[in-house]
Amino acid sequence: MNPQLRRTVGLTCAFIAAVLLCAAASSRWDRVPAKDHARTNPLAAHPESISAGALIYKEHCEQCHKSDATGDGHKKPSLRTDRIKSATDGDLEWFLRQGDLAHGMPSWSSLPQAQRWQLVTFLRSIQ
Amino acid sequence: MVRSSHLSSPIFSRFLTAFLLASALIPVLHAQEKPYFVTYSHDLEEPGNLEIETKTALGRPADSHHYGALATELEYGVTGWWTSELYLDGQTTGQESTLFTGFRLENRFRPLMREHWINPVLYIEYENITGADKNMLEVVGHDGQGDLAEPNDDTREEHEHEAELKLILSSNVRDWNISENFIAEKNLGHEPWEFGYALGIARPLRTLGSGKPCIFCLEKFTGGAEMYGGLGDVASLTLADTSHYIAPIIGWQLPKGRFSFSTGFGLNSNSLDRVYRIGWASELPQIGSWFRRNGGTR
Repeated sequence: MNPQLRRTVGLTCAFIAAVLLCAAASSRWDRVPAKDHARTNPLAAHPESISAGALIYKEHCEQCHKSDATGDGHKKPSLRTDRIKSATDGDLEWFLRQGDLAHGMPSWSSLPQAQRWQLVTFLRSIQ
Repeated sequence: MVRSSHLSSPIFSRFLTAFLLASALIPVLHAQEKPYFVTYSHDLEEPGNLEIETKTALGRPADSHHYGALATELEYGVTGWWTSELYLDGQTTGQESTLFTGFRLENRFRPLMREHWINPVLYIEYENITGADKNMLEVVGHDGQGDLAEPNDDTREEHEHEAELKLILSSNVRDWNISENFIAEKNLGHEPWEFGYALGIARPLRTLGSGKPCIFCLEKFTGGAEMYGGLGDVASLTLADTSHYIAPIIGWQLPKGRFSFSTGFGLNSNSLDRVYRIGWASELPQIGSWFRRNGGTR
């Protein structure tokens, strides 16, 4: 391989590695669009939101994340973490809507939006 | 090859009874999918969960006997983007016979990992069924009520090996689900490609959770409609001599599963006047971990 081609290939590999490292190091919430990140929970002050969110959690989330939301420590993570605490309500609603299909978290876009906000209220209450 | 004559009606009914009893006794979760019978949305099975669903179709072709067809579906979430299913089909026709009519293996894949305005799903299916199958899980080509009126003794001998492809497009917009399916089916016995379509729209009757466990509250019900029919084949892509249906649907989320019902109305003379559909779905959570747990404690 001629030296110039070798240098080009080397630089390309280094660039790809740097991009992958940056992606791995960035928080999940960095991917949330600014518009979604800034959204506030319209049901945060609704008196029945926590109990409604708890019921939705029991029906759809508890099977993986456990009744105390501590997960299994492996593929089904705890929901009582600094990462959840540091997220905005908009981040959490966006993540519930999108899921993370590549890592086993289903998209909950099939739930009505109001119920996703109730779930966010419940998740806030258990932190 | 499945020989329908080997499975007489008492065996089939015993199998069904045992299966339904087992389904009633196993702890289950709510199945979250839409109450469509023919249309697919982009909802996939949650990874590790097994959904058991039965779909019954009841109809009567003109100048023929009433029939009831049962499809039992086992749907497993392999990953977040891949769902695999096995269907076992049967039917009973008044004054004729009860038959096991074959099986179907299908897989659905979501190529895009994010939620978009329109979410595509790729569907691929292999069918090994007899000509006596009356489940109408899709309507393609020039399918019509004449096919459903033929005597079981004749159609049970016709074995069909078919491949079916679907492009599923689905959107969730303001709590409405809107789904469009484009179907291409090929009998592997040197017959032409046949085409069909299915469209569905559905919405929960109440979107806000009440916060109280309830059975009859509106948030447990989903209403909607679906429309489906054939589009001819590769030699004649046409609406002529095809059948079409429109069917209001209702889904009811119960503590042990999901019940759904629809009445399909035939839209032309080639269609059945009416076809009634009844569905029941239960979800067994994380069955993969059951096996792992049991294996680990031995």
